[in-house]
Amino acid sequence: MAKITLSNLRHSYYPNPTEPSDYALKEIDLDWNDGGAYALLGPSGCGKSTLLNIISGLLVPSEGRILFDDKDVTALPPDQRNIAQVFQFPVIYDTMTVYDNLAFPLRNRGRDETTVKTRVTAIAEMLELTDMLDTKAAGLSPDNKQKISMGRGLVREDVNVVMFDEPLTVIDPHLKWKLRSKLKELHQRIKATMIYVTHDQTEALTFADQVVVMQDGEVVQIGTPVELFERPAHTFVGHFIGSPGMNVLPCDLRDGQAYFCEHQVALEGAVVGTPNGKTEIGVRPEFVTLATSGLPATVSKVSDIGRHTVVECDADGSKISAIVDGAGPERGAAVFLQFQQNQTRLYVDGWIATQAEEAQS
Amino acid sequence: MKTVNQKAWFFVLPVLVLVAFNALIPMMTVVNYSVQETFGNNIFLWEGLTWFQQLLTEERFYKALGRQFMFTGLILVIEVPLGIAIALSMPRQGIWVPVCLVLMALPMLIPWNVVGAMWNIFTLPDIGLLGYFLNNVLGINYDMTQDPIAAWVTIITMDVWHWTSLVVLLAYAGLVSIPDAYYQAAKIDGASNWSVFRFIQLPKMKPVLTIAILLRFMDSFNIYTEPFVLTGGGPGNSTTLLSIDLVKRALGQFDLGPAAAMSLIYFAITLLVSWLFYTLMTKDDLN
Repeated sequence: MAKITLSNLRHSYYPNPTEPSDYALKEIDLDWNDGGAYALLGPSGCGKSTLLNIISGLLVPSEGRILFDDKDVTALPPDQRNIAQVFQFPVIYDTMTVYDNLAFPLRNRGRDETTVKTRVTAIAEMLELTDMLDTKAAGLSPDNKQKISMGRGLVREDVNVVMFDEPLTVIDPHLKWKLRSKLKELHQRIKATMIYVTHDQTEALTFADQVVVMQDGEVVQIGTPVELFERPAHTFVGHFIGSPGMNVLPCDLRDGQAYFCEHQVALEGAVVGTPNGKTEIGVRPEFVTLATSGLPATVSKVSDIGRHTVVECDADGSKISAIVDGAGPERGAAVFLQFQQNQTRLYVDGWIATQAEEAQS
Repeated sequence: MKTVNQKAWFFVLPVLVLVAFNALIPMMTVVNYSVQETFGNNIFLWEGLTWFQQLLTEERFYKALGRQFMFTGLILVIEVPLGIAIALSMPRQGIWVPVCLVLMALPMLIPWNVVGAMWNIFTLPDIGLLGYFLNNVLGINYDMTQDPIAAWVTIITMDVWHWTSLVVLLAYAGLVSIPDAYYQAAKIDGASNWSVFRFIQLPKMKPVLTIAILLRFMDSFNIYTEPFVLTGGGPGNSTTLLSIDLVKRALGQFDLGPAAAMSLIYFAITLLVSWLFYTLMTKDDLN
């Protein structure tokens, strides 16, 4: 187990990158603490798999260094880094039994058969694979195959980090939930550093203690699931996390006050610096309420999501969603919207530009 | 309500007619010949199983059969590993892929009798490029028209040259279909190159290799044109394979009955070996 440090990491798939857009990863500086459960969240093509492959050693970065416990491993091949990786599609060795599959990484490293047996039995127990140890791995269902791939990662006791590259893609929905809680349980038992790559916010938020949100090869925000939800550092995070995502409205800024369609919107706190660029207001649908006064809007769509109703409104051409309890108004109704002040923020060129309200207690 | 539509039979009819004319009727003609004696003029005498008994007690048949198995066995032992080795060393991406594929496909595009003629001229000791080179430059006594071993080396080399590509192309198709994740996982698991081959590449290539071996078995077991053009079955009878012997009987000696009986036995052996091989190779996949 080890702490992993990524220092000034840049990667391009082109031989001579010049433009910033040539880079799949732009300037990454990150520390992964020993024993943490991390998620790497971002849309397809944001560079998260590239980052993962650099940590595992399948890719050598164009620039920068990777340190495991302050030891530079940038040039080391995957088998010398003591890492484990679980891929999107289950990788199993078809001709071997489940037991031999799990024993494979240990046997390749020349461990004696008694150690192999102890480890394999223990891991099989943990993953509930014990009854299948003697069967051929080829005929198993995808979720069991994926468990074997995980098992091959976990079977080495000295593994520095276990990485999961969208491991639940091919798993049936009802088994996804089971496997996800299994993973969480494994993390608590094994205490190895785990990095979980996904584009699914539910998977990321339920698995990880710390979520790293990436976009276009850059880290946009690192935080706990609550932090990401409550105070997105970038409109992208606001959009990407939450369902529906954060409302982002164009606004004008005059004398430190924000105006949307000439309607003054109260912000959570003072604006930082002198904003220069595109200004927007961000507020989550959870903090928008329908009231008798406020911003006038027309209801354009109402969808029932169980205990709540998502009311989509149109205010001067901008779409604003609100989540309300119980049944919402009719489509076409004229309503007034109120934004909860301590959850309304200003974004300049996408980045947050208001100070958080002073803690009141 | 479900209506029974008998029209479908009508659409199958052309295939039935085609199969009847290109397989069933000729086959039944052979069966007809195999149990009768004929002296031409459409006069047939019933002989029963005489030709079969005669053939199966005859040394000439067993010698030809032995040579046939030796030929097929040798070319399989050479072509399959060689084909896999070439497929493994071919590039998986980049501009060299189409170049390699076309180069590989070239020998297979050449008509069989041309291949025989090419290798005949190529290996003749006095005028052939290879034959002359071996005899006069390297000083190796090589003459496939006189020496049975030289003749065998030549027909085996010719077949390897002509058909290894088939194994290469099929094995290559199997290789490129392996997702990268397998190689990456193997790297992380610390697998050696041999383990990667043994536990990933070979199992993934198994279905295509089964087809490749089956095709090569059937083709080489029935081979006629190339060795006939190259050596004509000689020197002596040293390269007289089953098909060459069969044609000698049917057209050389005009023994239509024994030749027909031999055809049927020949066909049965090919079918039996193919079926056995295929069943053995695929029995694991069923359960």
